[in-house]
This record gives sequence, structure tokens and C-alpha cells, in this order.
Amino acid sequence: MSKILMKGNEAFGEAAIRAGVKCYFGYPITPQNEVPEYMSHELPKAGGAFLQAESELAAVNMAFGAAAAGGRVFISTSSPGLALMQEGLGFICSTEVPLVALNVSRGGPGVGGIQPGQADYIQVTRGGYNGDAKIPVFAPAGIQECVDLIYECFDIAEKYRNPVMILADAMMGQMMEPVELPPKKEITPVDRIPQVKPWAITGTGQHEGRNVIFSLRMQPDVLEAHVEHMFEKYARAEKELVRYNTIGLEDAEVVFVAFGTMSRLCVETMEIMAERGVKAGLIRPISLWPFPEKAFDEIGPGTKLVISTELSMGQMIYDVKVAAKNRWPVGLIHRTGGIVPSSIEIADRAMKLLEEVNAR
Amino acid sequence: MKTVFAPTAGMVPTDTSYCPGCSHGVAHRLIMECLEERGDLGRAIGVVPIGCAINAHHFMNVDMCESTHGRAPAIASGIRRVHPDKVVFTYQGDGDLASIGAGEIVHAAHRGEKFTTFFINNAIYGMTGGQMAPTTLIGQKATTAVDGRTVEQAGMPLRVCEMLATIDCAVFVERVMLNNPANVRKAKKAVMTALDIQAAGLGFTFVEFLSACPTNWGLAPVDALKWVETDMAAYYPVKNFKRPEGY
Amino acid sequence: MIKKLFFAGSGGQGALAIGQLIAKAAMEEGNEVTYLPSYGPEMRGGTANATVVISDKPISCPLINECDVLVVMNLPSLTLFEPMVNPNGLLFMNSSLIPEKAKRSDIRVVEVPANDEAEKLGIERAANMVMLGAILKETGIVGFETVYNELEHMFSGRKARFLEPNRKAVDLYL
Repeated sequence: MSKILMKGNEAFGEAAIRAGVKCYFGYPITPQNEVPEYMSHELPKAGGAFLQAESELAAVNMAFGAAAAGGRVFISTSSPGLALMQEGLGFICSTEVPLVALNVSRGGPGVGGIQPGQADYIQVTRGGYNGDAKIPVFAPAGIQECVDLIYECFDIAEKYRNPVMILADAMMGQMMEPVELPPKKEITPVDRIPQVKPWAITGTGQHEGRNVIFSLRMQPDVLEAHVEHMFEKYARAEKELVRYNTIGLEDAEVVFVAFGTMSRLCVETMEIMAERGVKAGLIRPISLWPFPEKAFDEIGPGTKLVISTELSMGQMIYDVKVAAKNRWPVGLIHRTGGIVPSSIEIADRAMKLLEEVNAR
Repeated sequence: MKTVFAPTAGMVPTDTSYCPGCSHGVAHRLIMECLEERGDLGRAIGVVPIGCAINAHHFMNVDMCESTHGRAPAIASGIRRVHPDKVVFTYQGDGDLASIGAGEIVHAAHRGEKFTTFFINNAIYGMTGGQMAPTTLIGQKATTAVDGRTVEQAGMPLRVCEMLATIDCAVFVERVMLNNPANVRKAKKAVMTALDIQAAGLGFTFVEFLSACPTNWGLAPVDALKWVETDMAAYYPVKNFKRPEGY
Repeated sequence: MIKKLFFAGSGGQGALAIGQLIAKAAMEEGNEVTYLPSYGPEMRGGTANATVVISDKPISCPLINECDVLVVMNLPSLTLFEPMVNPNGLLFMNSSLIPEKAKRSDIRVVEVPANDEAEKLGIERAANMVMLGAILKETGIVGFETVYNELEHMFSGRKARFLEPNRKAVDLYL
């Protein structure tokens, strides 16, 4: 199949359409506007439904309704919009309804800016929702990987009956790369929904008994049992959904940990450091939750320093420290506010951190 | 023996959890009777609110889901996109619909969403224990307005039907009250008409029920029903605000 | 082989469009490419720029520290981005709108009076296409034929009437 040059945001929308999405709900927010724009003209052509919500609050709840009713549902937003969706996402976890949410993240806090940021790491991996819930989060590093993940994540969401999140960033949303699009899947027709999703609220005429999708559990023991049930699923997810890439860990003096856009910069940084006589390696978490702790066991004996490299004041670093288990000092290289450092800047700072470690 | 009355198959054969004199039971039954009479029970999907009526899915014998507070109209809009041929409704109280969910109801109406909203207006927050609602009357006491609501502090009570009737794609807007058998029969007619219009796909349909909450009003059930007529209906006129031609 | 190109101008000058055309053409010729535009308010009236990376291997990073080819359509872009060019790199400047000379002596400078030439052809808006033709001729980074094919995609349907004038503008430097 031939490749086409596509803008990230449009490719993400197309990936969802090809995954057989029935409904998309969105609200304008930069830098993801091309997703709702693309869905508005392309999804109806594919037999799906597009609806521009009056707010992100409404969008996530529309998504819940459509997904509870058995439709494949895709939503997208950017950082502040995701903050507005948090209550809904926690509610959706508790009701065990599957959907896929894309966050084309930008700089924060507050309204922040519209340039790339990774300061949503804690928001997406811990959630801003109340209560015990988890959402698997995948962070692609390029448009093709993002397309492939979106396409696959609907199956993951439906298998676990839980939302799944894709964390892209402004750069990925706005740039163009060649992509090979996956084959189009059929939208499940309404009369087949009960076979695929027997729990869906389709009307009692379509299934045995009565389906009710609910979150309220007034008796503490009943609520506890439900949360424990959810966490059995999450325990399975921790085994099944861990994904990461590594480069050159065996003989690295310095190991970068970076996801998304930052990981691409690190690859170039490694070349610069090699020219300066320092062998660097990379752990690229693809699943942010579950975090790929086991990748750290692949680090070779010569490593002196692990560096969490982030477009935030340092959020992933907490997970990196847990995974490092005090085996190596953990440093941080970061820029925030929408600034993407150059690979030279990262290399300079990494060399400095390494000097400090060597001086100890 | 001839059956002269039987409970509707639209209600689960169980006692409700509502207080004595509460209007929820009557409203539930009217809606479910209408769905049954129309042959719609098997194709109805309902959304319950946050509030006392979150329990409605224990009693209404159709497929249902809960909602986050105030977002039932957004959820119903989503359900509609997957099931354009089903009967979709939301059932919401005044705190849920007129306060936290004011945005969602306005925009569902404004888009002309083809579902029906049943709005239980009892001028108070019931489930949380009697706090002031946007619909609480001037002078009416609430746990967050212990000397009675004042205009200075909380403005005038919100008339939701009047507001929604200004929206073009809200095609059927009617206020009814559940205080005596004659008015209950009128209310049922409004429910039926709203469902007819939904089935015809003409636009957004809305029925507001002036309802009694004796517990939080601190009134005996009979006095509460009287208060619905004397005080609530005086501020919230019971009438049809809008209907499509021919309905 | 890895080539890094940077295109800059004011919004509406079409610098991004030629960057995108070159990226598409390079992809059609079997290369890996990335195209990274500036976006947001700066696209509407301010300066607009785009980074294109072309390589025969997967591209690790779409962001660049320096470029092999710099294309500037106006003076502010020249001032801002001239230091980015690699030694022995190429600078294309729109001399119609840039009254100054380039400062660097370690790079090759190609002055293209893009607006004047486009005006002579009677297609003022195709100044970027004149520039594109010059880039293709001087760098050979992608073939003319591949670019023509892309132009046909770009100017099809309702825009078909713009194909010939734009092609003429590209051909000027052939």
C-alpha cells in the first residue's frame, strides 16, 4: 500500500474512521482543531455521526452516551479541554464503557500556550478524576505510530471496557509525515450491537433482560467490590499493555528516558553525544500507564546516569525514579511552556549532568 | 373476573424509594404508561439525573443509564447518534437541569435534539437535603436560604419552559402539574404528545412537571400538593408554550 | 543522505506551500520526509515557516538546529534565519523584496527576483512558484516531473485553471 503525506491531526481522524468509529464528538481547541474539522466532513461520508459539542464537558458526556449505547466512539481535545473532561472520564471508567480519547497536548498550566508540551503526563497517567480508576495511555512518537495506535486502541478499550487515551502533542498534530493507512473496518450496524456489546443500552427489544449502565453504589461493600473488579482488569492491563522501545541500553553510559516528541530529539542527541565520546541509550515508554518499569532491567552495567527528558517541569521523573529503584542517579532535562529544546541543548545539559555524577 | 386496572409493564414491580407524597412516582408511571401504550418499551432508552431520581432506573422498566450531574441532555444526544430510530428521553430534576446542567439543556434544545426531556421541578434540591435550587420561589425556605430566598441574594427563580420556548428548535414545550387527578391526566396527554412529536422527528420536546417535595418543603403531602397549585403555579404558569402545527 | 530545508516568509507568501510540495515530491520519489509548519496566530499575518527533512533512512527528528537549504521570501526571515545555514549550504532569497545582501560568505547565495518575475508573467501570486523552480534547478533535490504531478493534484477541480500559470512560473528557471 502506498504512503500519503498527511497532517497529523487529519491522519488521527482518518485512523479512527478506519477503525470503524460510529461517533465523534469534539470542541474547538488549538492545536487539535483539524481533528473535528476533518471528522465533520469525512465521518458522515463513512456512515458515522459527527457532532460539535457546546463544551468539552458536553463532548465527553455525549461520548459516554454514544458508547453506552454500543457505538464505537472517538473524542479528541487538547490539555485544558482534557481537564474539563476529567469528571466524565472517571465516570466512564466506573461505568465500564469503552472509548478512545486523543489528547493533542499543549503547554500549561491554565490556558497556557498552544505549542507542544508534555505537562499533561500526570493528568493522563493519574487522572484528574476522583476515585480509584485508571486509563491506559499510549504516547506515540510519530504520525504513523499514532495512526496505528488509534486504530488498535478501540479493540483494547472494548476488551477492557475502559477508556483508552492517546497522548500526542502539538507538534505531532501539526506536522506532516508519510503514512500508510490501515484498512477500513465496518461500523457495527445497530442490529448487531447486542452481539458485540451485550451490555449496551440498545432498548430491551434487542436483548434479554434489561441493561442499566450505572456508577452509583451507595453500599460501601458493593462499591468496594466494584472497584476491586476494576482493578482486576487494571492488573491484567499492567501485564498485557506495557509497551516500549529501547536503543543501545547494553553499553550506554547515560540512558535517556523520553516519550513522544522528546524521544525523537533524544535519538538525535545520542548521535551528538557519540561525537563527543559518550555512549547514550534510550528508553522510550510507549505505554505511559502501565509504565514500562521492566525496560529498566535491560540497562547495562556501565550506566552511570538515567535522565528523564521531558517537556514539563518533570512529571514522568516520578515514574522513572520508581523504576530506577535507586540503581542509578536520576537526572532531569526539561523545557516547558511550549519550548522544545534543541538536540544540542539536550546534549550539553546531559554532558553537564554526567560530569556532576563523575565528580561525585 | 374483569381486570379494571393493572400496573404498567413499564414499571418494575417493586416499591419505589421515594418519600410519601413525592411526585416522582406519578411522573415515572405517566411516562412509562405512555411508552407502554405506544408499544415503545422495547425501544426506549432513558437517562436518569443526579438527584433523587438517579434511582429511576430501578423502577423504569427500560434500558437506562446514569449521568454525570446535569449532563443527561449531552448523553442523550450521544445515544441518539447511535440509535436514530429509538425513543430516547432524559428525566431530570431542577438542580440537575436548571442549575449545573443549564448549558446542556439549552444546547440540546438549540440543536433540536430528537429526544424528550421530562423535567421534575419541585423548587428544591431533594437528594442532598433541601438546598436552594434555581427554581426555589422567593421567600421559600431552603437549607442554604434559611430565612427564605431573596432576590438580592439569589435573583429570581428561573422559568425554564419560558426560556426554552425562545429556542427555535425546541418544538414542544409544556408545563403541567401533578397535584390532582385531572391535572395528572392532562400531564399524561402532554407526555404522549411529546413522544408523538419525537417519533415524528420534528425536534426537541420538553415537559416540565410542577411537583411536590413534602419532605424538604416541611409540609404534609396533602398540603404540599396544595402548595404546588397556590404558590408554584402562580409563578410558573401551567400551559403549553409551544407545539408544532397539528399536535 | 539527509537534507534539511527551511522555508520562511510572511503569511500568504506561499513559503509553506513550496515546502510542502517539495516534501510530497520527495516522498513520491521514495524518501522518508517530515514537514513541520509553524501554526496558530503566527500563520495569520505574521511570519510563517516550515521545516522539511528528507532522508533515505527513517527520520529521528523533524526539528532542526541547522539547515542545508534556506529559503527566505522576505527581509525579516533573512535576518532571523541566515545563521541557520550550514557552511557550504544554500540560501535562496527573494531579491524582489529583500533589498539587502546576505552576510555569510561561507554559503552559496541564490538571489531570485521572484515577485518581479511573477509579475512579468502576469501571475503575481505565483512568486513562490518562481522560487520553487529556482530551488529545483539549483538543488535537484526532487525532479521537475514529480513536482508537476504534485501541482496537478494541488490544482485540480475548481482550481484547475491555476495549473498552467503556476507551472509556467515553476518552468521559468528550467
